[in-house]
Amino acid sequence: MKRSSLVALALIGALGPLLVAGPAAAQSPGVTPTEVKIGNTNPYSGPASAYGTIGKALAAYFTKVNAEGGVNGRKIDFVTLDDGYSPPKTVEMVRRLVEQDQVAFVFQTLGTPTNSAIHKYLNQAKVPHLFVATGATKWGDPQHFPWTMGWQPTYQTEGHIYAQYVLRNVPNAKIGILYQNDDYGKDYVKGIKDGLGEAAKKLIALEQSYEVTDPTIDSQIVNLKNSGANVFYNVTIPKFAVQAIKKAHDIGWKPLHLLNNVSASVDVVLRPAGLEASKDLITALYLKDPTDPQWRNDAGMKDWLVFMQKYYPDGNTKDAFNVYAYTVAQGLVHVLKQCGKDLSRENIMRQAASIKDLALPLLLPGIKVNTSPTDFYPIEQEQLAKFDGERWVLFGEVYDAGKK
Amino acid sequence: MSRAQGWRRAIAPATIAIACALPFLLSNFRLFQFTQVGIYAIALLGLNILTGYNGQISLGHGAFYALGAYTTAIMIDKWNVAYGWTIPVAGLLCLAVGFLFGIPALRLEGLYLALATFALALAVPQILKYFEHWTGGSQGIVLSKPDPPRGLGLSPDQWLYFVTLGVVVVLFVLGANLLRGRTGRAIVAIRDNPIAAQAMGVNGALYKSLTFGVSAAYTGVAGALSALAIAFVAPDAFNVFLSITFLVGIVIGGLASISGAIFGALFIQFVPNWAQEISKAAPWAIYGIFLIVFMYVMPRGIAGSLRLAWTRLARVGGTGRTG
Amino acid sequence: MEIFVQQVVSGLATGGIYGSVALALVMIYQATDVVNFAQGEMAMFSTYLAWSMLNAGVPYWAAFFATLAVAFVGGLLIERVVIRPVENAPVLTVVIVCIGLLVIFNSVAGWLYSYIQKPFPSPFPEKPFKIGDVFFGAHDLGALGVTLLVLLFLYVFFRYTTLGLAMRAAAQNPVSSRLCGIRVGWMLALGWGFAALVGAVAGMMIAPIVFLDPNMMSGILIYAFASATLGGFTSPGGAVLGGLIVGVVENLVGTYVRFIGTELKLTVALAMILIVLLVRPSGLFGRATVHRV
Repeated sequence: MKRSSLVALALIGALGPLLVAGPAAAQSPGVTPTEVKIGNTNPYSGPASAYGTIGKALAAYFTKVNAEGGVNGRKIDFVTLDDGYSPPKTVEMVRRLVEQDQVAFVFQTLGTPTNSAIHKYLNQAKVPHLFVATGATKWGDPQHFPWTMGWQPTYQTEGHIYAQYVLRNVPNAKIGILYQNDDYGKDYVKGIKDGLGEAAKKLIALEQSYEVTDPTIDSQIVNLKNSGANVFYNVTIPKFAVQAIKKAHDIGWKPLHLLNNVSASVDVVLRPAGLEASKDLITALYLKDPTDPQWRNDAGMKDWLVFMQKYYPDGNTKDAFNVYAYTVAQGLVHVLKQCGKDLSRENIMRQAASIKDLALPLLLPGIKVNTSPTDFYPIEQEQLAKFDGERWVLFGEVYDAGKK
Repeated sequence: MSRAQGWRRAIAPATIAIACALPFLLSNFRLFQFTQVGIYAIALLGLNILTGYNGQISLGHGAFYALGAYTTAIMIDKWNVAYGWTIPVAGLLCLAVGFLFGIPALRLEGLYLALATFALALAVPQILKYFEHWTGGSQGIVLSKPDPPRGLGLSPDQWLYFVTLGVVVVLFVLGANLLRGRTGRAIVAIRDNPIAAQAMGVNGALYKSLTFGVSAAYTGVAGALSALAIAFVAPDAFNVFLSITFLVGIVIGGLASISGAIFGALFIQFVPNWAQEISKAAPWAIYGIFLIVFMYVMPRGIAGSLRLAWTRLARVGGTGRTG
Repeated sequence: MEIFVQQVVSGLATGGIYGSVALALVMIYQATDVVNFAQGEMAMFSTYLAWSMLNAGVPYWAAFFATLAVAFVGGLLIERVVIRPVENAPVLTVVIVCIGLLVIFNSVAGWLYSYIQKPFPSPFPEKPFKIGDVFFGAHDLGALGVTLLVLLFLYVFFRYTTLGLAMRAAAQNPVSSRLCGIRVGWMLALGWGFAALVGAVAGMMIAPIVFLDPNMMSGILIYAFASATLGGFTSPGGAVLGGLIVGVVENLVGTYVRFIGTELKLTVALAMILIVLLVRPSGLFGRATVHRV
């Protein structure tokens, strides 16, 4: 009792002034002359644990940065906690990071519902909430949420790209949609509908949803084929994408097949589904696929493989999540470098909002990271690609959602 | 009255005294964790009334927790109702729904009842997503933390903690009175020997569905408080694992025990956090080992083991005096 | 009409999956009176073992039977080592231990094999065939055939062999069984062994369809519970039939009941099971339990 109350008193002593003054006090929490502390949550347990590799790869990358001397002489102390993809747990863990561990900022927290739960809290506490790991659209709203910033192209942007492609290239299109019944699936559907505009009602023949817990999506594919659709908009995670490609092929349905970026991995999705069945699939890309043979001799990809072997040997080199994590970690290191000596929360946010034409080794050629005080969507470019039976062949111009 | 009994009587007031002191000893973050413990304790007591005392196994209490949480969230978000009113409304709504669900559930026994309630838990996220207009669909509803009344000088976390603590005390006292009285004996009699209870004039059907209702009401109130504490509701927060976690809580805490609800709440709040401190590679594996080891060491839960230890202690003390 | 038939066929294929796991659940329930929440994860883990063997170049059938043997011994050991200590504790204590096993298997599989899904070979031909306008998957039919074979095996085993009868007796009335000289402890262990074996068969038949990943079984287990509940936990045949009914009904609801569509498909299927339970509280083919007062 005695000891614990002493601890508690010490805690109050440590936290008290800070809480009274508000966390945006003049001194910079989480920053010492030799260290900067960064907080993160990821699902390491529970049904979404497949994403956990992102957190592990981030940690591995920061170990590499530290081994090479850190950023501006400071080492990165990366504190990553398990939230099991449960919003209440995310709130608890992020509060721990901010109030107890005193991190300088929060980075790459994963998931739409989980980030929604901490959105308001972090903005009220004025803690930077950088490069969240979700493709929802709401993270780029500097007017209302000046402390939150997204990272990847939004799902809606990608939907737009497909809509444009269909409008330009497919006369008499009849679109059949398969989507996951959650925020991710619905965002993709909204994206294509917005992109189609007025024509959406006329062009969309049938929408079918599935739950993540469904074992198969055979029934939905049968219905989509039967609707007479000649365009198949496939908004599924890898597990169901494989099934969908295979099943459509098996029952002899040969529509123009638009596969969402989430499942565009050659080795994880297309090869198991059958390269023949995957031929002529179309997707929109912004990252290099580690399993696509065309990048085998790419310098950036080779560096990544060396990194994986040295710092994250348990990680799977087929997993596109590890490429994603590597790239976003590089983006963050860029921001920290740009901050120079001043790692106050305000400056971190200011620098995050002034990235100019940053090219990263695993982004597709021509795709650059750009932000400004009014543009909180770092990556907004994607390029269409068609699968030729072996690799993704990029075609057309780089689409830029930032330039409209 | 023996000395042991005297000590036992002192436990409840002492616990409340400590609980009241916590807000002034702990950081806001720790306090938030203890608010969660209080909320879980209410939900677990609710489930324990049904499963521990009445013998009806439910794997679906996450559904009532969700119903309570969404009642509060929708009332605040759509109709601007003051949050204080939403808590009893959530409780009453869950009471009614639980009672109605309890009537058909009468026909089901043991395993089949457990699985029927499991179905309820499974369907909830889908239903929440379907009625998007009300529930915000998969995006959920964002709320604001209730402001503490002016003049008390409390932080929002401290205020919420006291609100939760107040509800915990009221519901635990009510629960204890219910379970220790005539009604409680009837509820337990139905579990232990339904036919004999019937013969003694206990209306089994009525008691069973009422127990279901009361149990759901407790869990619904807990859900309502959780919506306030987290300030956000979304279908992903109410998946199947929530219902299973509640079951874990009452069994680890101790079936048919009021204090067991508190021990169980402490377990489900803190043990997963320890598990991830041990291993980030496979935190669930560590959690699973914790579960199994706990059940080996205390097959009747924490409260059960304490009770056993207490009786032994009292007996030793007793013989000490006479001999 | 064509779409109706196609939906029924595809529903039977998925229903077969549910039925095969339900069979393992019923097996262990009959043999030990426990509902094993870890059943799906045990099957998933066995399938990973088969995958490892196949990856190392072991021929399919050799790997298949080796996996069955390992699963059987593994199930046996789990009962002896993990379940034994809580044998006499309340039933919910055993349930919690099973949940502990579930999370351990899930987590360890993800840790060892990563969460990337892996293709798993089928012993049946790849190509689907077509009768009229309706497509049949060769693997789907094969898997359904295997499930029925397992069912037949269980039926014969429990009804006509001394060991099978002894196992049932041990589960239903341990005290009298012991008096008759049945070694009840071993019978329970055997029950776990056989259930693990049946689960492993199911896993290896399911993996070619849904692909192998640590969460492969989490959704299927839920449907398997629904199937066993519908068919009756005391009837292996009922469990398989329950699975087929759930599979078909779910597809037809998703296809024809427009205002529900696919978004509430699971909810509707569950509601229907509840309604069936109200009419037949022990499932369609289950025996009602009679209590002695």
